[in-house]
Amino acid sequence: MKHLIIIPAYNESDNICEVINSLDGLGRDFEILVVNDGSKDDTVTCARTAGRAVVVDLACNLGIGGAVQTGFLFAAQHGFEIVIKFDGDGQHLASEIEALLKGLRVDGVDVVIGSRFITEGGFKSTFSRRLGIRILEMVNSLCLGRRVRDNTSGFRAYNRQAIVFLAENYPAIDYPEPEEVVLLARNGFNVVEVPVRMAPRQGGSSSISPGRSLHYMAKVLLAILMTHLRPVVK
Amino acid sequence: MVFDRLLVVASLASLAFLFLVFELIRRRRLDEGYALLWLGCGLFFLGFSIWRKALDYLAELAGIYYPPAALLLLLILGLILVMIQFSVVISRQRHQIKTLTQRLGLLEERQDRLDESQDKNGSVKR
Repeated sequence: MKHLIIIPAYNESDNICEVINSLDGLGRDFEILVVNDGSKDDTVTCARTAGRAVVVDLACNLGIGGAVQTGFLFAAQHGFEIVIKFDGDGQHLASEIEALLKGLRVDGVDVVIGSRFITEGGFKSTFSRRLGIRILEMVNSLCLGRRVRDNTSGFRAYNRQAIVFLAENYPAIDYPEPEEVVLLARNGFNVVEVPVRMAPRQGGSSSISPGRSLHYMAKVLLAILMTHLRPVVK
Repeated sequence: MVFDRLLVVASLASLAFLFLVFELIRRRRLDEGYALLWLGCGLFFLGFSIWRKALDYLAELAGIYYPPAALLLLLILGLILVMIQFSVVISRQRHQIKTLTQRLGLLEERQDRLDESQDKNGSVKR
């Protein structure tokens, strides 16, 4: 089965090479795709130097949603059966990919989220960030009628149906993860969580600075509400 | 009378506005689709500037004591509508730019791969 690992990258020249190398241990049927989202640094060169990855270089910065969707378009076009979304900043661990795939092999599961909260396991964050994540958990749980704990985790695996659907309909906002959960569930995809470990960031700075988090929350909540009110696409 | 003078000024301003829009269309600086909206606005205000009774009637209907204020209110409402239309157009263009950027990125990647395989096969480089 053909697997594609999508790594959206914006100004990740410090981390991207290491991240690609960390995926070396995976077998032949794993391809790596780096989507450079109009970085201002050498992300493309670094990603190409690593050798193993296919690099799609976007001419201008689309925001993470647009970059990830490009990955799904690539996967849909080239007939990949499974997509794994992987962060370019070193937060996600190659060793945990198998946990996601195991979750995806369960009958009827379409999408697996690697969750930091299911088990006690070294997830520390600032108070405001945890509060935000908590609010998202409540809102999404209300929308879905069941609990999804880690809505902001970008570490996810998708089957073919979800790939084709997201290539067409991926949320175009800046921080699409929580909206993606509602969109998928609303369109009949079975989304489950599996516990994973994650590393703290290796370098660079998070894309969500404290000053922007209010703006972020407002935007995401509005997007979730609208997704919930829109007719089912599928 | 201040009242009359305002209406004269408003009529002249409306005419100048209509002329500006007209010129912009003639010089192809403004698409007809948006121009219609602006022409509509211009005619609307010209109409109200000249036909004073309509303005008085409208002001009375809306409970506005000073009729020219009704003209201003309409102007502001019109501007808000136009600005909303701009937001819609900007959003649509953003979406189109996103799609174009994605297609371009994917095509470039494909082209790179084709070039590489061509080089490997020893064909003539461009």
